[in-house]
Amino acid sequence: MIAEAGHYALVLALGLALIQSTIPIIGAKLHDGALMNVARSTALAQLVFVGASFFALVTLHVVSDFSVVNVFQNSHSLKPMIYKITGVWGNHEGSMLLWVTILALFGGLVAAFGNNLPLSLRAHVLAVQAWVATAFYLFILLTSNPFARIASPPMEGRDLNPVLQDIGLAVHPPMLYLGYVGFSIAFSFAVAALIEGRIDAAWARWVRPWTLMAWIFLTLGIAMGSYWAYYELGWGGWWFWDPVENASLMPWLAGTALLHSSIVMEKRNALKVWTILLAILTFSLSLLGTFLVRSGVLTSVHAFATDPTRGIFILLILCTFIGGSLSLYIWRASALKQGGLFAPISREGALVLNNLFLTTACATVFVGTLYPLALEVITGNRISVGAPFFNLTFAPLFVPLLIAVPFGPLLAWKRGDLVGASQRLMAAGIGSIIAMAVLWAWTRGGSTFAPLAIGLAVFVILGALSDLAERINLFRTSLPVSFRRAKGLPRSAWGTVFAHAGLGVALIGIVCETTWNTEFIASMKPNDVAQVGGYSLTFEGTSQRQQSNYREQTARFTVSRGGEPIAVMTPSKRNFTTRAASTTEAALLTRGASQLYISLGDTGADGSVAVRIYHKPMVLLIWFGPVLMAFGGVLSLSDRRLRVGAPKPAKALHALQPAE
Amino acid sequence: MTRKQRRLTMIGGALVVLGIAAALVLNALRDSIVFFSTPVMVAEHHIKPGQRFRLGGLVETGSLVRGDNLAVTFKVSDGSATLPVAYKGILPDLFREGQGVVAEGALDGSGVFHADTVLAKHDETYMPKEVADALKKQGHWKDDYGEQASSKPGEQASGKQGVSQ
Repeated sequence: MIAEAGHYALVLALGLALIQSTIPIIGAKLHDGALMNVARSTALAQLVFVGASFFALVTLHVVSDFSVVNVFQNSHSLKPMIYKITGVWGNHEGSMLLWVTILALFGGLVAAFGNNLPLSLRAHVLAVQAWVATAFYLFILLTSNPFARIASPPMEGRDLNPVLQDIGLAVHPPMLYLGYVGFSIAFSFAVAALIEGRIDAAWARWVRPWTLMAWIFLTLGIAMGSYWAYYELGWGGWWFWDPVENASLMPWLAGTALLHSSIVMEKRNALKVWTILLAILTFSLSLLGTFLVRSGVLTSVHAFATDPTRGIFILLILCTFIGGSLSLYIWRASALKQGGLFAPISREGALVLNNLFLTTACATVFVGTLYPLALEVITGNRISVGAPFFNLTFAPLFVPLLIAVPFGPLLAWKRGDLVGASQRLMAAGIGSIIAMAVLWAWTRGGSTFAPLAIGLAVFVILGALSDLAERINLFRTSLPVSFRRAKGLPRSAWGTVFAHAGLGVALIGIVCETTWNTEFIASMKPNDVAQVGGYSLTFEGTSQRQQSNYREQTARFTVSRGGEPIAVMTPSKRNFTTRAASTTEAALLTRGASQLYISLGDTGADGSVAVRIYHKPMVLLIWFGPVLMAFGGVLSLSDRRLRVGAPKPAKALHALQPAE
Repeated sequence: MTRKQRRLTMIGGALVVLGIAAALVLNALRDSIVFFSTPVMVAEHHIKPGQRFRLGGLVETGSLVRGDNLAVTFKVSDGSATLPVAYKGILPDLFREGQGVVAEGALDGSGVFHADTVLAKHDETYMPKEVADALKKQGHWKDDYGEQASSKPGEQASGKQGVSQ
């Protein structure tokens, strides 16, 4: 009954999406306000019905209704409740349902908070949003129905893939989808602007908060996924340049570029045509990511689907939307008026440079991800493009970008003063040279690359702080005055400082981890001692335990440093009976920003256990950096000027809307 | 600067960056890609010792020998040919005899494949895609793999595991 109701709600949502796709457009053509307003109600109703449908699937998983194929295949009655819920999107059908639910959520948000949008723009935006929704509702209903029943219901389910039975699954996919799908708003705005043939600075002001919101979620989603892979897969890697990871990195790079180019558009009314193109490309890359992950063309942890009909269906959606929007772009973009002029050395110029490097870096990731697929289709040769490729292409492109980052905010709009900016960055430059020299002396004979890279990271961080010091006149006036200025600084300026500094922080983590990571692999017997990264780890022995749906073998290690015991670490191996599969649960010990990492291998006949121990210096900075970036994004989003639903500086309206 | 000059500067700069990126990509594609082979392809193409490639196939049943200090040897077979593989380290959770495996490394002078990375990209029913395709092509695809796979149309995440030294 619940399954049928969920299915029915989804069909109704499709019906609503079809209405929303057409009626508002007709309304806009006829200048009929009532018809255009249909978009608002249908978008909200769609959200209600998809939400109900999603809730139905969650309920089915929670009550372990194994007469539903999806529940039977991915759940087990003994599974802990949290994984019963997260298991909903740990499979193809459920995750597509989550995708459309989030799409409807964003549509609903635009409908609910878009009251200050021009009526026809809102109608067009929601109509475009409904086109995307229609395509994906059809995809779910025709190829991946999550509510299909089994004729003779089994007693017990097949359980969720053990690798996915982790708290990471609760957070990572929803975050990633909020990011991916959030870019659909920017896309819909871009297509709507092209349809209307009209675009202005106000457009950028409406689009930016949505893009920023999507970007924040995507940033956190990628970081979360990386940390999950790091502790769950058991070999301490945090980024594999796996096509699935690249699929999320590409929209992030394009989205970051979009975020920056829309500043130019908002402030200076320039780069309009380019910003529109970026908005289209960003969401196209999100769709491409969905295609790569959902169609099963790749096989890795995320490639759930193995049915080719689904792949072809998504490929059709992909071609229709990318092809359609780009054709529309070619046809209409020339009609958009060009905006403000600026010199190459200026804030605008710096942002163009940022866009140039980000999109080029994105293009190299694109080539590295799709080249093996293309080659296989054309020649039948199978190749793998891994980390070496990206180290040789992506990394060199990021170096000039990182050098340029601190200069951007210090240049004036329209015509900047590069010499002046350099002078103001003198302190940051000196700081980074000192950092390089100190590291060089400290790691004498070691890598020459690492001190240089860390120097660059320090430059980025100090550069961001210099910008802040410059804005609040630090050391030039008295401290209380500076403090007052700091308080008065727009939140978006603080956002820039945090986001840029986060970039440097992440870079420090990446360089430290890759350069000074120590690894110890051996077969250990009880009372054996391993020396790793200045710590002594004594293997105490193993114990067995039966948990609800798995058996666990836990090893016990005492960690000491300089004879002082510090902690006990208990890595384990879990055997899942239902799937006859095992997972490795690594043990992590955090010391400052560094971590000790132990994962177990096989147990030998003589009671010895294969053990892998890593000491990973500064590894936590890799994820702390993105968190800082996202925090910067949140600050920027909370800026009055940009707040979702309040795009106009509303001082005069304060008296009218005290309850905001 | 006139509008035209400014635009030319901008386009020129963009072209320079794109040119550099293209050069980087082409260079990297020449040097850093790794081909995939099965044992029979290794025999046919006479891959030189020392050249890195990915070897895929089934771990031959009964061929796994564990030596001292985490050294292991096993044989990888694709139905027509087998190739001995030597590896030192911890094998992934999903590594099992009779199951598919992908290893990355190079041949030594005596024809033994020295792997530095072993990937077992599958769960209990799922084969690594490369291995399945290669086996199908050579007619050694056993139907029961297919049946197991197709009995679970919604098969979700195949485990991706890897070990590298």
